[in-house]
Amino acid sequence: MNMNMDTNTLSDHDSLIHAEGSATPHVPLPGILPLANKKAADRQKEKADTPRQIMLGLFFGVIFGFLLQKGGVGKYEVLLGALFLTDFTVMKIMLTAIATGMIGIFSLHALGLVELHVKPTRYAANIIGGLIFGVGFGLLGYCPGTGTAALGQGNFDAIAGVLGLLAGSYLYAETSDFLEATVLKWGNRGKITLPELVGARRTIFILWFVPLLATILYLLETFFPMAR
Amino acid sequence: MDYMASDGGAWSPYLVGALIGLLSMATFYFSNQPIGASTAYARIAGLIGKVFSKRHTESLKFYQETKPSIQWDVTLLLGILLGAAIAAYTGGEITGYWVPPLWEERFGSSYALRLGVAFLGGAVMAFGARLAGGCTSGHGISGALQLSVGSWVALICFFIGGMTTAKLMFGI
Repeated sequence: MNMNMDTNTLSDHDSLIHAEGSATPHVPLPGILPLANKKAADRQKEKADTPRQIMLGLFFGVIFGFLLQKGGVGKYEVLLGALFLTDFTVMKIMLTAIATGMIGIFSLHALGLVELHVKPTRYAANIIGGLIFGVGFGLLGYCPGTGTAALGQGNFDAIAGVLGLLAGSYLYAETSDFLEATVLKWGNRGKITLPELVGARRTIFILWFVPLLATILYLLETFFPMAR
Repeated sequence: MDYMASDGGAWSPYLVGALIGLLSMATFYFSNQPIGASTAYARIAGLIGKVFSKRHTESLKFYQETKPSIQWDVTLLLGILLGAAIAAYTGGEITGYWVPPLWEERFGSSYALRLGVAFLGGAVMAFGARLAGGCTSGHGISGALQLSVGSWVALICFFIGGMTTAKLMFGI
């Protein structure tokens, strides 16, 4: 299990990536990176990323932005349609991505090729923060990723949204001392997962969960077909 | 007003979703990173904060844990901007407006109103994302696909908050 990873091992990971990346940027070397991953921490915040990582980020970002735009989720109408429950494009993309990624990433993890990055569960912060996020989502009509995609396709109102996102982030940092001593402590359960919550083995859980997601997608497609 | 009018995206949502799932596998494998968008805004905000007051910004607890510097997630965000521009340009879908038509139908064509609400919405959303620990990408895709309980809770709350707000704003 990778539930308790030590952030102190991070420097190992970065130096290994750097050693590899400096010789062959952008070219994966199976067997080296997975070994690095084995020792890697789940967060990058302790140390600056290497130039290779920075370039990979840009590369993956271009693909992600391209896909978001092609999926139509840079459009204000599509995102508001998701909130009005009249346009299920967002749900279809998200649930398909979740199902595909779930099978793929847990398979890679079972083969020892990737580390997991399970976000900690803090019930109060997840609920209160999630609801606050939703209010902002309704007001802006874009989310942080799709807002950037919206700007890329020429929705200039997203500029104001981006500036707001920057301001709101700094405002959070200003209050982070207080919030970390209060809300973030309430209902802090650590890195728990759904299978652990229901007491099932992960593989068994996924074998039930993916068909459930597929069923939801099938029902969405049946009752709310494409382009509505 | 026809709130139902929307033509989705140029590509099938299932194709796009599956490719985002594969992209997630790639970022885990090659970068040891889950896809996420909101942390990048926090880093950039910290970089701007450092221009005005380095000492104050670095004294904040959040920025001691999340370094305000150009990292993988920041270039990922810049890449999203670039990738969406390429997709829209090559697909003939560049919009080039300051007020989305759906907004204009309901609230009029005032730039100030749209931009003011967009700024406010962005600020509220970023605060919520930081408190919740992620956004629609970080929790909604990366966290949810790893079956994180908190991510599913946050994702559901994103939509509860968003649907309620949209309903109040548009009165439907």
